[in-house]
Amino acid sequence: MTGIIDYGVGNLFSLRSSLSFIGEDAIVSGERDKLAACDRILLPGVGAFADAARKLRESGLDKFVYEVASSKKPLLGICLGMQLLFERSYEFGEYEGLGLLRGSVVPIPDANRTLKIPQIGWNALHFPKDKPKSPLFRDVNEGDCVYFVHSYYAADCADSVSATTEYGIELTAAAESGNVFGTQFHPEKSGKVGLSILRAFCALE
Amino acid sequence: MITKRIIPCLDVRDGRVVKGTNFLGLRDVSSPIDLARYYSENGADELVFYDITASSDGRKLFTDILTETASTVFIPLTVGGGISSVADFDRVLKCGADKVSVNSGALRNPSLIGEAAKLYGSQCVVLSVDVKRVDGTFHVFSKGGREDTGRDAIEWIKFGLAEGAGELVVNSIDTDGVKRGFDLEMLEAVCAISDVPVIASGGAGGAEDFITLFKTIPDVSAGLAASIFHFGEVRIADLKALLQKNDIPVRI
Repeated sequence: MTGIIDYGVGNLFSLRSSLSFIGEDAIVSGERDKLAACDRILLPGVGAFADAARKLRESGLDKFVYEVASSKKPLLGICLGMQLLFERSYEFGEYEGLGLLRGSVVPIPDANRTLKIPQIGWNALHFPKDKPKSPLFRDVNEGDCVYFVHSYYAADCADSVSATTEYGIELTAAAESGNVFGTQFHPEKSGKVGLSILRAFCALE
Repeated sequence: MITKRIIPCLDVRDGRVVKGTNFLGLRDVSSPIDLARYYSENGADELVFYDITASSDGRKLFTDILTETASTVFIPLTVGGGISSVADFDRVLKCGADKVSVNSGALRNPSLIGEAAKLYGSQCVVLSVDVKRVDGTFHVFSKGGREDTGRDAIEWIKFGLAEGAGELVVNSIDTDGVKRGFDLEMLEAVCAISDVPVIASGGAGGAEDFITLFKTIPDVSAGLAASIFHFGEVRIADLKALLQKNDIPVRI
């Protein structure tokens, strides 16, 4: 059973449907006890960092995320949910994140004003050559495309980066440390490649 | 490198997909759910569902279809047609839409763009504009391209961007259904003022028109079309192979 944390941020329809499509039981809940009964946890999120971080803390579910992280259960943050895993964000100010991954969330640089911001669309994944491939990407090939929607990205996180993508510069597309995983892109919107990533996540022990 | 998106548009009326020529003379094509699945499996990067239903029964049918599609198709889904309020945003987002496109509803109530962007985020709000030349300038048309609003299209788009629209779909009424290529002059003018992705619509008659579009205006993020895909004149997989051969980045 996979638990999707509902803390009042974003649309969870597609995430729930994509899990059910791959034959994975899932619940969407904002209740700690229901989520704690699950084998793995998804932390979704869209919108602004400060607002999401505040809602997560107000709901008390930030403590639950820490609980999951310090257990052996796999935890996957998606999009803004991934950004929340880092130490801080500089989106409209400076805000504290969960600090489960080292690094900061900063704007995608566009010094020459040649990029469209946000990055919206399908971009290719590249895997760091000096690290073993993440188990999340066991069925993903170098150069496979996934769907991104974001204006900010995680920087200064070389130790946890598990995939990158190129948009003006090299951006963090995924990061992980132990049982804590994050994808900047939306696996639930990335067609077959995305479903394979969710399947791999659900297969983690 | 980010890829150029190819987006089939499904105009849905009373639960069926239709496509008009210059917006008139609708022709029934197929089941929206089957077509959506087919496109998703054959290389479409995104789907646009446009609800051209007038009745409330049809509207219910549309949201049922949307829910079923979003439960089996896992690529981005944009929904438009009849969006006049935040409640309409809410209705289609709950059925699995990722983005909502506003057109006439925003013309009637321009504050809708900003309200929706604040509530759901800019990434969710697509401003769709029907543009036609009138006396040498670009005018915004409403009601499916039938009525000249008298508004200058470039000024209207600037307003929409300032309010928080996260993407633009620009449809040229002059080239729509004519199948002689996209309206490059108009798209160039829009790209020059837009810092968000621009989706070109109206006029695609064949695969070459997409090559011309992306080569001439590298700033365009996506090409949208309906009939050439629905009638099998262009297969998306073939189109993408051709684009790739022409050094245009696409998702294969």
